[in-house]
Amino acid sequence: MSPQFLFTIEVIANGLMAGVMYSLVALGFVLIFKASGIFNYAQGVMALFAAMTLVGIQNGQVPFSHLINAVFGTNIHHFGWNLPAIVAILITLVVMVLFAILVERLILKHLVNQEPIILFMATIGLAYFMEGFGDLMWGSEIKILDVGIPSGGSLWLEEKTIGWAAEGSNYYGMYIDKLDMIATVVAILLVISLTLFSQYTKTGRALRAVADDHQAALSVGISLRKIWVIVWTIAGFVALVAGVMWGAKSGVQFSLSLIALKALPVLILGGFTSIPGAIIGGLIIGVGEKLFEFTIGPLIGGATENWFAYVLALVFLVFRPQGLFGDKIIERV
Amino acid sequence: MVSRSDARAVDPGSELLRVDNISLSFGGVKALTDVSFDILRGEVRAIIGPNGAGKSSMLNVINGFYHPQEGEVWFAGEKRRNPKPHNIAYQGIARTFQNIALFKGMSTLDNIMTGRFTHMNQNLLMQALWRGPAEREEIANREKAEEIIDFLEIQAIRKTPVGRLPYGLQKRVELGRALAAEPELLLLDEPMAGMNVEEKEDMSRFILDVKDEFGTTIALIEHDMGVVMDISDRVVVLDYGKKIGDGTPQQVRSDQTVIDAYLGVAHDE
Repeated sequence: MSPQFLFTIEVIANGLMAGVMYSLVALGFVLIFKASGIFNYAQGVMALFAAMTLVGIQNGQVPFSHLINAVFGTNIHHFGWNLPAIVAILITLVVMVLFAILVERLILKHLVNQEPIILFMATIGLAYFMEGFGDLMWGSEIKILDVGIPSGGSLWLEEKTIGWAAEGSNYYGMYIDKLDMIATVVAILLVISLTLFSQYTKTGRALRAVADDHQAALSVGISLRKIWVIVWTIAGFVALVAGVMWGAKSGVQFSLSLIALKALPVLILGGFTSIPGAIIGGLIIGVGEKLFEFTIGPLIGGATENWFAYVLALVFLVFRPQGLFGDKIIERV
Repeated sequence: MVSRSDARAVDPGSELLRVDNISLSFGGVKALTDVSFDILRGEVRAIIGPNGAGKSSMLNVINGFYHPQEGEVWFAGEKRRNPKPHNIAYQGIARTFQNIALFKGMSTLDNIMTGRFTHMNQNLLMQALWRGPAEREEIANREKAEEIIDFLEIQAIRKTPVGRLPYGLQKRVELGRALAAEPELLLLDEPMAGMNVEEKEDMSRFILDVKDEFGTTIALIEHDMGVVMDISDRVVVLDYGKKIGDGTPQQVRSDQTVIDAYLGVAHDE
């Protein structure tokens, strides 16, 4: 095989894996949008907050330590323990459940039957509040997230593939980050379990029912408020997974919340209401931007990854605004 | 067949639901004024009236979607205090909607399984693990759902997403979802609207079968007078939010006020 061909495969594989990361974030948006028609601007901040909380709990950081120290003149920062990753993840999950309950109690409950734009504004407020709250709780410095996920290129894969190229060519084997591979596996498992849950359990059906018709859902005994708590919990869980994967890759810091922006073109491609759409949209953007950078990039000076997704989204908005899989937009007159 | 609970079979003909002096308004618009009537166990009770008479509002009051400003609703011998809409299903009231409100993305079977919601009590964790009691519950309820599907003769469309079904079948699936709850009181909002003669006959037959086989009490809104006269035991007539007639189909049909309302005689008020 020619090295050029192998490079292309490597680019596609890396693109797919980057796409999985985008899908993870987009998934959280779709879940909430389907169930309540809310475009949750805070999804990215939720990922940041979840990752911060995980790091804080794992390192035994005292929450609000700066605030406590400032008020009481104390000097505490750490409880002095380090928790195993799995325990910290479970505690973080509990925190995300509490978060979902609070969002329902303090915000959604009071905005029932409001215009979507008002709910959207509320999530913008939520995003800024959580950003500040997270900093207050855990401090704003860049944190290193280490839950034991290996990173760096896979030597095994490099050694396996180095012989594939033609004899004498300048080929060093495929470079694929182990973290990306694990993220892919985790994302696949997450999607499979979410799908099974929504297909074969009472609550899963209730989630889909609420997404389709609020009135009918009420008439069969489904409590919308409970469902919203569950949806925000699941979205929080997805945010945690996304936060862990992105956090392990690039550190837990403010810019983590901006991954939400990368999810936007994914949603426009896949449609706001389709879970498979979020996955496939993510993969198309991941592969698309890597391939574009690889083929066209050198001709126009590179750095195309910054804008490719948004331009693609623009093209979709013009020609297919409902996305690849979204509900058809039909206007009856 | 779906077994009916013993309690509801005990006393056919006794009062299941009573609305007393219900008044409901939206802002300044009066939807219902001082309406009272009762529904007896085991009967088919029709609510009729011209467009805008307040029939659907009445159903929404019974269903707990609307809370009337005045009046009382008594169900199964107890006075109801402004219940939450989703609690009504747990009390044994199921309904269909005028403009079909199905879960369009879901299959027929899933729609009907969702109708079993009130009969499934396993907690979230057990559901997620799909073990032991949760699994048994899922299977037992699935059997009930299949019985409903057999009863309504919709086996062929079990797996079809309901959004793709023709109108008449969607209406039937919606009836199935309501029946799946094994309700004591079944509310049908224009179950035959937009149907052709043949579909109407099918639907009439199902409604009468539900009444006979399950002993379910049925309250329905319907515009087709022929159907109403054929299948209902008693009829209440509303016009401009007020009750203007109540009795057997024969009585109502020969009532001058009712005839005037339908023929559009000018109101003197």
